[in-house]
Amino acid sequence: MSGHTDMVLVDENGMRIDGRTAEEHRPIRIEAGVLHNADGSAYVEIGKNKVLAAVYGPRECHPRHLQNPEKAIVQVKYNMEAYSVSDRKRPGTDRRSIEISKITAEALEKVVLTELYPRASIDVYIEILQANAGTRCAGLTAASVALADAGIPMRDIVPAIAAGKADGKVLLDLNKEEDNYGQADVPIAIIPSTDEIVLLQMDGNMTRAEFDHAIELAVNACHEVHDLQVDALKRRYSKPQEGSE
Amino acid sequence: MSNELMSEIKRDHIMHLLEKGTRQDGRGVADFRNIKVETGLIESADGSARVQLGNTTVIAGIKIIPGTPFGDTPNLGVLTTGMELIPMAHPTFEAGPPGEDAIELARVVDRGIRESGMVDVEKLCITPGEEVWMCYIDMYAIDHDGNLFDAANLAAVCALKSAIIPAEQYGKGENAPLPVTCTPISVTEAKVGNTLIVDPDYDEEQISSARLTVTTDDNGNFRAMQKGGCGSITLDELRTCLDRSVEIGAEIRKIIG
Repeated sequence: MSGHTDMVLVDENGMRIDGRTAEEHRPIRIEAGVLHNADGSAYVEIGKNKVLAAVYGPRECHPRHLQNPEKAIVQVKYNMEAYSVSDRKRPGTDRRSIEISKITAEALEKVVLTELYPRASIDVYIEILQANAGTRCAGLTAASVALADAGIPMRDIVPAIAAGKADGKVLLDLNKEEDNYGQADVPIAIIPSTDEIVLLQMDGNMTRAEFDHAIELAVNACHEVHDLQVDALKRRYSKPQEGSE
Repeated sequence: MSNELMSEIKRDHIMHLLEKGTRQDGRGVADFRNIKVETGLIESADGSARVQLGNTTVIAGIKIIPGTPFGDTPNLGVLTTGMELIPMAHPTFEAGPPGEDAIELARVVDRGIRESGMVDVEKLCITPGEEVWMCYIDMYAIDHDGNLFDAANLAAVCALKSAIIPAEQYGKGENAPLPVTCTPISVTEAKVGNTLIVDPDYDEEQISSARLTVTTDDNGNFRAMQKGGCGSITLDELRTCLDRSVEIGAEIRKIIG
């Protein structure tokens, strides 16, 4: 958001460096049930982002002082692998990953029927294998599918995607270059059945008109992502099961 | 934020008041509490501010010291923001390294200041590629009665505006005010039931389902946002928050000057 470049991110025909129009998201691939041990799992690719999510639970809540006698808690660990970015990322939690884990858990807690599992914990692990801008959205998109794959009752499946601004134009789903050299980024996640917002962040510089347009693009795209999430789950459960139990 | 049990009678009382459009301290739903700002109270800091938002108090101190720039920004000064929720401020705060609440607070304040370009980091270069000024913003919650986000943002912004680069101390020329370009103001709203309330106090935060912080610049453009809490907000509610953040932001900018 702060870098400078001479690179033209959006050309005179409105084309972006990866050949997309302003309102197009990158190619998305979603697979449900990709791990053996986890109760539920998912793999998501959004452009060059490659993300795995795994769900364990509902299971006993550790540490125990976090137990809630009225409902389950959703705990999320977002983690970037050391080789996922161009410079090696120092392993372990940093402030960014703690913040992303927190807001992801809050977004999921709204849709999971936590009241069915008092004192339990539903643990979600998000691993970023390869990062190319938009990993928190890819991670949340994967986590929702993994929760469904784990058979955890939910009100809806949460999709997430970002809109933003680069070369002064509002764009859907920023890639790495647009994120680095652009002017704004707005990740958003919704409940598709009601269009309620469960995750929203923004940084950069946007007028009201630009922001309204970004929200419109992102909400529409969230519905597309949701269709792909549902499709992945249908594929997982309509074919004869191989490998896993 | 912190989890404490709240009596149902108090919860019902707050909800009942909100139905009538008012709150425990007599405010309307879109009213900010009184803001008191005192700057320069810490002489050992290069800039400081104590901000009181009703009964919430946050102190921010600035330390500016020479250091090595990041490799990818050899000519830019460095901004670092930290927040601590110390046990003095509330019975639920515990000693120890910053937890996720403190980290989120610091990062949201940081985002507003960084993305608005408030501190002109290009002017913080001493020797290109070798030495730049590192500007540390450290915020401490001293007394917590809700809305630490806006109190911390105000404290940081006021402290930065009062900060002096201590160049003489390090033999780097004459002391000069920290170059500041604008005044980013955050406005936080909490959703209690289906009502959005500006500048929630502690009790209101405890019974709220969601939170939205919106930071605007002097032109009323959006520079940072953060939704928090396990609830959701509708698109209409988002629009209300955006409108109010611009209006209230402009009012607060007048108050703090």
